[in-house]
Amino acid sequence: MESSISETETALVAALRAGEPAAYERLVREYGGRILAVCERLLFNKEDARDAVQETFLSAFRSLDSFDGRSQFATWLHRIAVNASLMKLRTKRRHPEQSIDELLPTFQSDGHRSNPGSRWTNSAAEISEQHETQQLIREKIESLPDSYRNVLILRDIEELDTETVAEMLELSPGAVKVRLHRARQALRTLLEPIFGGSSK
Amino acid sequence: MTCHDALNFLDDYLDGNLPWGQRLAFGLHLGLCRPCRDYLDGYRKTIEASRKALSEQAVVTCEQLPEEMVQAILAARSQTPHIE
Ligand SMILES: [Zn+2]
Repeated sequence: MESSISETETALVAALRAGEPAAYERLVREYGGRILAVCERLLFNKEDARDAVQETFLSAFRSLDSFDGRSQFATWLHRIAVNASLMKLRTKRRHPEQSIDELLPTFQSDGHRSNPGSRWTNSAAEISEQHETQQLIREKIESLPDSYRNVLILRDIEELDTETVAEMLELSPGAVKVRLHRARQALRTLLEPIFGGSSK
Repeated sequence: MTCHDALNFLDDYLDGNLPWGQRLAFGLHLGLCRPCRDYLDGYRKTIEASRKALSEQAVVTCEQLPEEMVQAILAARSQTPHIE
């Protein structure tokens, strides 16, 4: 694994610090698409994502001096994008969060699951082939309450580690683990009608 | 180990973080319990499918930022002084 900054990145950062306009443009063009994708994944809304992208770059321009070169530049930028998206989410937190308890498995007093459900006969690859199904899965993820969805996306999609996510969301690592487990379980329940094929 | 216990160990199991004793008990339980095997299977597929669904979306937008956004960002930058 590359853990330090590459030569091209070093040159780019130096040019940015020197205030070269061409370097800013290169940064935006080179990383913009990836940053937009990150913001869209967290925000599920194109307009908000565009705002967050703008905020990401402005914030990166402002804090270039805090980039110490120990991580890759792309990683540094990715974190800024995640933070800008989370900030955007906070400013528009809608209705009070719904409980996801009803989406979690329930157990009988002997420890057996109350409603074991059906076997999932399709593979994730088969399910993901169809565009409409992909859209449906995105809608299910979006329907999770913010506090669970964010943990799920940051851990499972953005592949940030527990400690980083805990820091970003101002939670303890233990709380991140619990939320991730509950979020995955709730999403599993929501995806069951899409996957569950044993009745066919 | 009950099914309830087994489900609580899922993430540690998937991350390879279960101490060997618990891993053994978990494996034994799975071997004997079809509902838990099915649950684990669906749990894994959930993670994989959500990854695919959101990275597919990424592929669509990932290539390039729309030109008007590039221009808007660069314009906004020239209006905000560089803070040292
Ligand atoms: Zn079981």
